[in-house]
Amino acid sequence: MTSGWWKGLVAPAALIAAAEIAMRVWGSASMSLAAPSDIAVALAKGLADGSVLHATGQTLAAAGAGLALGGLAGLAIGVLFGLVRTVDRLMEVTVEAIRPIPSVAILPLAMLMFGFGYSMEIAIVAFSCLWPIMIYTRSAMAGIEPRLMEVSRALGLSSWDRIVKIVLPAALPRILLAFRLAAAIALVVAVTVEIAINPLGLGYGILVAQQGLQPDLMLAYLAWIGIVGWAVNALMLVAQQRLFGRAAMAEAAQ
Amino acid sequence: MTTSAPSTPAISFDGVTLAYGEKTIVRDFSLEVGRGEIVCVIGPSGCGKTTALRMAGGLVQPNAGAVRVLGEAVKSPRRDVAIVFQDYGKALLPWRTAAANVALSLEAAGVARAERRDRIEHLLAKVGLAGHGDKYPTEMSGGMQQRIQIARCLAQDPQVLLMDEPFGALDAMTRQGLQDEMLSIVAETGATVFFVTHDLEEAVYLGDRVIGLLPNPGRTGVDIAVDLPRPRDQLETREMPDFLHLRRELFDFIEKAEA
Repeated sequence: MTSGWWKGLVAPAALIAAAEIAMRVWGSASMSLAAPSDIAVALAKGLADGSVLHATGQTLAAAGAGLALGGLAGLAIGVLFGLVRTVDRLMEVTVEAIRPIPSVAILPLAMLMFGFGYSMEIAIVAFSCLWPIMIYTRSAMAGIEPRLMEVSRALGLSSWDRIVKIVLPAALPRILLAFRLAAAIALVVAVTVEIAINPLGLGYGILVAQQGLQPDLMLAYLAWIGIVGWAVNALMLVAQQRLFGRAAMAEAAQ
Repeated sequence: MTTSAPSTPAISFDGVTLAYGEKTIVRDFSLEVGRGEIVCVIGPSGCGKTTALRMAGGLVQPNAGAVRVLGEAVKSPRRDVAIVFQDYGKALLPWRTAAANVALSLEAAGVARAERRDRIEHLLAKVGLAGHGDKYPTEMSGGMQQRIQIARCLAQDPQVLLMDEPFGALDAMTRQGLQDEMLSIVAETGATVFFVTHDLEEAVYLGDRVIGLLPNPGRTGVDIAVDLPRPRDQLETREMPDFLHLRRELFDFIEKAEA
């Protein structure tokens, strides 16, 4: 660790202090702002009574399930498209037509199909995560060392073995990167769906606080979502290094 | 495989032509490699020596003519034909240890897990890598990495070894060491070797025969028998008058071929 790690904290600390002073000096009954200390108290209360953690669990469950479903589908499609050029060509127009649809735009459709609740949210998150993972996986297929494919042919590996033992490990660093990006997307989409329509999780919490004229709680949720997002990314990084250390670094080593 | 009599050549090219679009790589190329023979192929770049090796390995198909290995037409790679690539760094799986890289060959052949361990240990010892099985390729020198690849190929129990400039990227001392190890392994197994190289001395030192190819399009230029006694010795063999004559002959050939 570098000894100057605290330098990065100077600016945020100063800003928080300035906000605190400003709110105290001019005293505010704002509907949208609250003093940092009030926000901290609201967050602590929310954490203590379990309501924030409960909401966090709901959001993470929906985001995680959506990421898993969309990620696996994207992975499978990406491998298929990456390895079989004909399929890629055939599906190109279809994919490019569906992919740009904003995930929130399929909300009404998902509502009709699934109603309120987890299924709808998971479906929308899965839709959002599918594309980046599919595209990264497809391009990772193209980046595989051609010599390795020749080696697999020369050794007479079966198609399944070729995918599991050569293709996926060789593409793993980029696939893991795609999953990390998709995890961030999953959280964003989950919260968006909750704010827009679904009575669940952190997004719904923030909405209720806003409508209940509790800016301190609303901003506490906001800060908490930031912390959760950061933690998810950090966790994915650690998992990547722990589970796939050697393979994830294979690309860098070459 | 059992149908081919021992007299059929290990590898035969019969009027083989291969073209990529307009560019003819090899035209009407014919060559026979006998069982247990070590044939070295030299020639200037663009003479199709690597292409010929890839056709024998079943990695590419000729447009005309026939390539046969042990009497059978080559349609795809076969397990008893092993290919050693020059770029060992790319041909090895960087996420697998040396032992696991060798294991890949046994996994492909469906060898039971319990049996693999002993065989891998034996193979690694054979190529001088005993005790290095747990290392990753990136932790090893170029010579050691190429030994891993050779061990992986030997795991196929090959009747034919196709070697594409396998020692070209190694330093002189390492190269000589590997040349001798390869010769002793081949003498032990009786495998047929098709060895592509750009090093004329290497070709004479290793080969029973040296084939010189001419470029644009690739075809046979010379076919020289090497009657130097075996086992060969890095010092004595290379000082023999016959060795020097052959080296001279090939040098002249290459000079003319490149002109």
